[in-house]
Amino acid sequence: MTLDQPKYKTTDEVDFVVIGSGAAGGIVAKELSENGFRVVVLEQGPYLTEKDFIHDEIEVLNRDFLTNHPDLQPNTFRKTPDEKAKPQRAIAYGRLVGGTSMHFTANFWRFHEIDFKERSKVGPVPGAALADWPITYADLEPYYTKVEWQIGVSGQAGASPFDPPRSKPYPMPPLPVKSGGVIFERAARKLGWNPFPAPMAILSQPRPGRSACINCGFCLAFACEVGAKSSSLATAIRMAEKTGRCEIRPNSYVHRIELDANGRATGAVYFDAQRNVQRQKAKAVVVCANGAETPRLLLLSANKQFPDGLANSSGKVGKHLMFNSGALSVGVFEHPLNDYKGFAVSRILHDFYELDPDKVGFHGGGGLDARFDQTPISFALGGLPPGSPRWGKGFKDVLSHNFTRTVEILCHGTSLPVENNSFSLDPDLKDAWGLPALRMTYKDHPDDVKLSNWLNVRAAELLQAAGAQKQWSFPAGEQEFSVHLLGTCRMGNDPKSSVINSDHQTHDVKNLFLCDGSSLVTSGRGQPTMTIEALAFRAADRITALAKRGDLST
Amino acid sequence: MDSHLSRRGFLSQGLTGISAAWISAHWPAVLSAATHARKAAQSASIAKFEFFTPEQATEIAAISSRIIPTTDTPGAHEAGVVFFIDRALVTFAKDDQKLYADGLHELQVRVHEMFPAANKFSAASLEQQDQILESLDPQSPGGGRRPFGQSAEAQSFFDTIRVHTISGFLIDPDANKRGNRDGVGWKAIGRENEHMFMPPFGYYDKDYPGWQPNPTAADKTKS
Repeated sequence: MTLDQPKYKTTDEVDFVVIGSGAAGGIVAKELSENGFRVVVLEQGPYLTEKDFIHDEIEVLNRDFLTNHPDLQPNTFRKTPDEKAKPQRAIAYGRLVGGTSMHFTANFWRFHEIDFKERSKVGPVPGAALADWPITYADLEPYYTKVEWQIGVSGQAGASPFDPPRSKPYPMPPLPVKSGGVIFERAARKLGWNPFPAPMAILSQPRPGRSACINCGFCLAFACEVGAKSSSLATAIRMAEKTGRCEIRPNSYVHRIELDANGRATGAVYFDAQRNVQRQKAKAVVVCANGAETPRLLLLSANKQFPDGLANSSGKVGKHLMFNSGALSVGVFEHPLNDYKGFAVSRILHDFYELDPDKVGFHGGGGLDARFDQTPISFALGGLPPGSPRWGKGFKDVLSHNFTRTVEILCHGTSLPVENNSFSLDPDLKDAWGLPALRMTYKDHPDDVKLSNWLNVRAAELLQAAGAQKQWSFPAGEQEFSVHLLGTCRMGNDPKSSVINSDHQTHDVKNLFLCDGSSLVTSGRGQPTMTIEALAFRAADRITALAKRGDLST
Repeated sequence: MDSHLSRRGFLSQGLTGISAAWISAHWPAVLSAATHARKAAQSASIAKFEFFTPEQATEIAAISSRIIPTTDTPGAHEAGVVFFIDRALVTFAKDDQKLYADGLHELQVRVHEMFPAANKFSAASLEQQDQILESLDPQSPGGGRRPFGQSAEAQSFFDTIRVHTISGFLIDPDANKRGNRDGVGWKAIGRENEHMFMPPFGYYDKDYPGWQPNPTAADKTKS
């Protein structure tokens, strides 16, 4: 926390209150405060910094040191709307300043052109509410570049023949290759595919106040203690604080947005750390609370004018939830890879990004990566080949042999938007503050499962070509848990079928904006955060233009 | 395989695109309890137990030494797993105190049933100890004839101590949980006890010449 932070009173009508400090909220706050506005960021989680970040697997992986805790904020799950939902953990997100960007893998793929206009290109897909975006890749390209340069993405421009056009190279070279990456690259070449260095939001070169990656090996799921991971905390939040106009207010759990008699949002109502109710006044509100909590907040904010949820005249708030599909194959090699060192991923390929539905028999596409994202305990509990001994000398022998010799090929792909897949308020279950819990309804579109299994066959072919001594694959099934929470307040031109317009402004409330995973119209092929951040840069530009024109004050 | 404990089981149910953290959703409730001990220093008086009696500690140490035996590399014994479990039971795994107390009692009964000559588990031969544990392991062939858990879903004593032993063997030695003493667990699985590494990392990237454009770079945009 810098000393430059102002301390606003809740009764001060600031220009913007931003709800959430993650991938989108951090950038929106930075841009708006740099543009001269007074901003309060309300974050439900604590304000932790590098000194707090630990490598203790029990605290981090098992006891939700960084993530939403199921005891405090439980949720329910069901597959279809006719079922009664049961308590079952279905989501995980970063619940601290910096949000999920604190512990993500940091795969920063841009979406491709196809992702924005897939509906017109392939036509309707039965059982899916596939739609075009109201913006194109070209509209977003300058903002992808901003993310790469301002937030910090390492990579190699032009290395993939499938990459969309870009206006500038990456600001820094790719991270070093791992042994798993070399194996992946050689095998993929053998098969005639086009492997390339993974674009990662992790520094390969130091930046002011931030170290280059030190390859500690506690990366995915852990927060970076040297600021090499380009989290919102390490980047946008600190830039926002430096303006002297942005206050980051942690432990502030927003549960309602209120409107005045003219239908304008007046600010945000939240529980402070002592669970007292506070009201922060603001001229406009930007919700960046993630694809689960953003729709939940709108639903919790139902009022006379919007009995089905704030800004929900379309009935689409919470609908069209997408996860990204995927599957996994694992290989064990003769010599030590030591892929436990370093970040998770060093090589990927996009040869299957845009598959032809007529040839493969399903819709969608995806990519493969070579990774090792496991830490010692999680590997011992879950990383050994199926059928391995669970204890004793046999267990120890397999564990000791495989820990340094294992690499995973993870397949990432499309999730089709299905209207029934959604977040809603559970009618019975409450969270620790007495608010209705999230209810998830989700059943993968059949094409998503087919795609995952098709990609997994490619992953298995790759491991075979690589000469794995042992390999196995996990068939993809219907998912019941995700950290990718997308599409639940989708962007569109038609107020009847979408929640926000292309300026991220809700169709229903002029000074209420939404920007995060919920804004996405399609899922891309697996790595949404880069696009969420590009949208955040663009949204801040659009909001600034509207505010400067005076469009928010009437 | 143990889908309850395993990320792989989890993945095979359909989790994808994500990863290891989310084992958290499926690690046994065992590990998701009560207060935490990060600040509790890894004290010099390492022989002192906070939960177990010395007699109980002997049995727990004997069990964990069969789960991760000492071979040509250190095992649970050298990693001080019994001290990890002892600390766990007064901190983050407090809710498992009864499971352990009942489990030790049942273990004693099982020893008398199977090997009356051995007075207690720790006094049985190593082969006998393995047979006793096999009979307690709900997933070993022919095992699980008398589950300790209250229901099918409940974590058994054996599964709990198995997960605790593995955790105590492989936890970050700096985590102040009294596990993985001197990093011997990490050494046993080939992980250097460091938190900062430089490339080259392994055998296959040692002589890597650097990424080169594919000479036959595909002009296809569809497969």
